[in-house]
Amino acid sequence: MFLWFHKLGSPRYFYAFARIIAPWIALVCATTMAWGVYQALWVAPPDYQQGESYRIMYVHVPSAWMSMFVYMVMAVASAVYLIWHMKLAGFVAQASAPIGAVFTFLALATGSLWGKPMWGTWWVWDARLTSELVLLFLYLGYMALHEAYDNPSTGAKAAAILAIVGVVNIPIIHYSVEWWHTLHQGASVTKMGKPSMPASMLVPLLVMALSFKAFYGTVLLWRLQAKILEREYRSKWVRELLTGDKA
Amino acid sequence: MNEFLNMGGYAIYVWPCYGLTAFCLIGLVVSARVSLRRARLNALQRIKSLELKNAPKA
Repeated sequence: MFLWFHKLGSPRYFYAFARIIAPWIALVCATTMAWGVYQALWVAPPDYQQGESYRIMYVHVPSAWMSMFVYMVMAVASAVYLIWHMKLAGFVAQASAPIGAVFTFLALATGSLWGKPMWGTWWVWDARLTSELVLLFLYLGYMALHEAYDNPSTGAKAAAILAIVGVVNIPIIHYSVEWWHTLHQGASVTKMGKPSMPASMLVPLLVMALSFKAFYGTVLLWRLQAKILEREYRSKWVRELLTGDKA
Repeated sequence: MNEFLNMGGYAIYVWPCYGLTAFCLIGLVVSARVSLRRARLNALQRIKSLELKNAPKA
């Protein structure tokens, strides 16, 4: 098993792996998202209190979960990059940042659109909302820092350190609703007891979460293939791949 | 159909959410596909220019 993982670390094998896997993950993403959105908008029953507006949950919650999940992937990839100098791990972190930033922006925007009818305000300096906003700035800071140096590898190292330091924000976001009195509701799915939601509402949410993960996987694999080609064009396998001749 | 679009009076909140999400996700897909195509073309160009440079002077 370790050999397989080690081989995957080389850009050449990873490129071949990505080319095979990406279309399948894209297929999983498309089907789960189509079914999930259909369920979310047409089938799931309205909420007894919030009526139809709770349907925003089906894009708000998966985006928020992804904003944290992508950052954790970035932090781990950055650590692997700094410790073992694995180029590919650096590419994974760099390619993930824009995707995570978009998910964080979506979580904030859809949350604000949900907050207006339900809380009567677009924004409140609530522990959950504020820590999520900090996460957005961390993503933007990572991307800016990565490009801030003439020497690309210095930029990558500096950004990797920021990614690792910033990971402390993830548990803060998750537990903010328990540590402080927040306007934002507490955990309704990821809590110890049974999730406080009927299956007819919960299943579409989990399917949407799965489709967002598959979406992240697909876009990440595409962006990684682009980065690998950009950096490895001098090597023989890229020449053979692109020009098709075995010379 | 109209009643469905009305989203129980919350249409102006629900539809922008789904519209914004679709816009952002499609934007990510397009930018990833464009960057992949551009990376292929650039790599090909650079390979060609490398080959020209190394080509033996006839």
